[in-house]
Amino acid sequence: MAHGPATLADGWVKYISRWVFTTNHKDIGTLYLWFSFAMFILGGSFAMIIRAELFQPGMQLIKPEFFNQMTTMHGLVMVFGAIMPAFVGLANWLIPMMIGAPDMALPRMNNLSFWILPFAFAILVATLFMEGGGPNFGWTFYAPLSTTYAPDTVNYFIFGVHIMGASSIMGSINIIATVMNMRAPGMTYMKMPMFVWTWLITAFLLVAVMPVLAGAVTMMLTDINFGTSFFDAAGGGDPVLFQHIFWFFGHPEVYIIILPAFGVVSQIIPTFSRKPLFGYSSMVYATASIAFMSFIVWAHHMFTVGMPIAGELYFMYATMLIAVPTGVKVFNWITTMYKGSLTFETPMLFSIAFVILFTFGGFTGLMLSIAAADIQYHDTYFVVAHFHYVMVAGAVFSGTAAVYYWLPKWCGKMYDETMGKVQFWIAFIGFNITFMPQHFLGLAGMPRRYADYGLQFADWNMVSSIGAFMYGAAQILFLFNVVRTITHGKPVDKPEVWEGAEGLEWTVPTPAPYHTFEKPPQVK
Amino acid sequence: MSTEGNYYVPEQSKLPIITATGMGTLAFGAASWVIEGGSPTIFLIGLLIMALVMYKWWSIVIDENMQGLANDQLKKSYVLGMLWFIFSEVMFFAAFFGALFYVRVFANSWLGGEAAVGWFDDSPTDAAAANNEILWPGYQAEWPVMVTPDQMANGDAAQFKGPEQNMNFPGWSNLLSWLPLWNTIVLMTSSVTVHIAHTALKNDNRKKFNTWLGITVALGIFFLFLQAEEYVHAYQHMGLTLETGIYGTTFFLLTGFHGAHVTLGTCMLLVQWLRGLKGHFSHEDQFGFEASSWYWHFVDVVWVGLFLFVYVLA
Repeated sequence: MAHGPATLADGWVKYISRWVFTTNHKDIGTLYLWFSFAMFILGGSFAMIIRAELFQPGMQLIKPEFFNQMTTMHGLVMVFGAIMPAFVGLANWLIPMMIGAPDMALPRMNNLSFWILPFAFAILVATLFMEGGGPNFGWTFYAPLSTTYAPDTVNYFIFGVHIMGASSIMGSINIIATVMNMRAPGMTYMKMPMFVWTWLITAFLLVAVMPVLAGAVTMMLTDINFGTSFFDAAGGGDPVLFQHIFWFFGHPEVYIIILPAFGVVSQIIPTFSRKPLFGYSSMVYATASIAFMSFIVWAHHMFTVGMPIAGELYFMYATMLIAVPTGVKVFNWITTMYKGSLTFETPMLFSIAFVILFTFGGFTGLMLSIAAADIQYHDTYFVVAHFHYVMVAGAVFSGTAAVYYWLPKWCGKMYDETMGKVQFWIAFIGFNITFMPQHFLGLAGMPRRYADYGLQFADWNMVSSIGAFMYGAAQILFLFNVVRTITHGKPVDKPEVWEGAEGLEWTVPTPAPYHTFEKPPQVK
Repeated sequence: MSTEGNYYVPEQSKLPIITATGMGTLAFGAASWVIEGGSPTIFLIGLLIMALVMYKWWSIVIDENMQGLANDQLKKSYVLGMLWFIFSEVMFFAAFFGALFYVRVFANSWLGGEAAVGWFDDSPTDAAAANNEILWPGYQAEWPVMVTPDQMANGDAAQFKGPEQNMNFPGWSNLLSWLPLWNTIVLMTSSVTVHIAHTALKNDNRKKFNTWLGITVALGIFFLFLQAEEYVHAYQHMGLTLETGIYGTTFFLLTGFHGAHVTLGTCMLLVQWLRGLKGHFSHEDQFGFEASSWYWHFVDVVWVGLFLFVYVLA
């Protein structure tokens, strides 16, 4: 394009049409990131309502029915609205710059994948205001809770999931086509940055499992409206079938969330250690094996549902195997830092916290994988604590690290280091105060998804709620930091921004021009 | 627009936002329609928006290609896009085939109080037997499920009643009146005819291409006609409906989604046929047609799976 992007100075109409009609990967990346942050705040406020209600035993603020809608919507919004789009946003911004491509492979479809999301979430959130209320069956929407016993609005949920899935599939096909087809000359697969590798594998997982999710909700739809009996034993079906299909999608889904986070951390740690990533090729193979194994372990979410003993044993051992490639990754991150010239800027702090807390969450996962012990842990707060250690301290921490790390490249301004560190420590401490006690609650037997609890759980719940408010406050600070950087940040003009940063995205000017690599760079 | 690299990055486009609006309308409309007392109006508006915008979008892409804007690299992006889209479709069918296998191998045996797979499944001997006695007394596992557990336990009060007849192999003497066999023959043939058309196009034999592609489209439509015939027969004469328990459920959902994909594939091939008549495509540039033919072969392979696991192997 001869002219640059429209700014506010060109008038509102032009400015808005820039964002709505855009085909530019950087614009679309920005849209994804802001959308995901908005959803993060929305899902976060649902969490605040949950924690406020659980601050004390007894019912204080909301009704149990509404509590159920909150736990469900919190999960759905955070997984599908906040974390996934955040990483797609990063992929849009970074992959073309990292592999030396002029844009994404299919730019118009790229814009479509984004603009489906606001419609999907408008439909989903609108159910909260409809007769019968929003989805109240948990984010895993097990049948028959989500079929026989669901409110009518479940149909909106089903079709919302359908178009959201279409968005994810198109987005991932675009990423696959970009990585396979748009690499600059000399950028061989084994020279690609880890972030690109992790996203290529993630995109493959998405294309493989989003259609299975579509299948699951379609079966729900026909069971509810057209008299089929997929999930009804009376007609010869099986409610457990739902769980199998859901988790065949759901387990790869958790790796869809965490693999790009691995990629981000694998970019940041080498920079601030001033050493190349230790064991690059083993990182690639570990990522690929984690992805492969994610397809064959799904029923470890269902140990208490009544499977044959051989099934329990198989899913237990297969799940434990995942610890091996994951261990390779953690080992490599630590070894990258070993004897490096470490500095602790905000992105690095979040990345180190990621490694520690994700490993912690991984270990509780290992505990949960023991089929015999899981009968005790299943559906308790121990599970809640486990997956928040990997989702929040894993995915969200690394997303935050990514924003601080690449923000100077995106907008040409440096964030305030002190403010960044303040946010980090509030988030880090708040997070642990929230979720560490939930391990104790779970081991003591407190079930998840209940609006009320026995008195013996009161103290730790209060502590957990205080931590949650702290962690919530840290996100407001995060928003403030980002906006403040864009408006008042100190300008940066050198391309590499960070002293030890490697990669093509650090060779283009700062801030990154609207179009980069119209002429493909030569990669040696 | 990218210059030196020659990769065509389109200018701003209104297509995506209109498509997204169409999809949103479609989804919202579908949901409000299926809820009791709902009307299809919003759904139909969404459908209309989608139809118009898809027509427009593909016209633009075809125009761009005719103007020579699409270089080899962009064409490869389209190839990758189509292949991975077909892969996603494979996984969609995998969910339904998976459901069928799970029900046939595991759920059905357990409902009947038996172990599912010998050595693998040693627990249900007492647990499932008790389950069967208490919940579904008298139910015996069989496939196709002609008498549902509900029917066995509750008799005429049952919500789910099994079908009167099923679609399985009716024996050699009735072979020729067995519709699924004809469907298989029609679809298999169409895969061959589309391949003949493809070869003809590569050899620049336009007349042969138009003829054989036309035959393929006709076979596609004929298949759909037979399928519709089969459904009517099932509903009117066999007592086999969506509501006849798990056999009807899996039968109609699997063949129904396959039929929907055949419809889509037929439309795709029809468009390519019309384009061929207008003189589009050359012996080396024919992606629109190739993509449609890949899709057609995919639909064909799914049918082979259906024929085996839904109709033949009882």
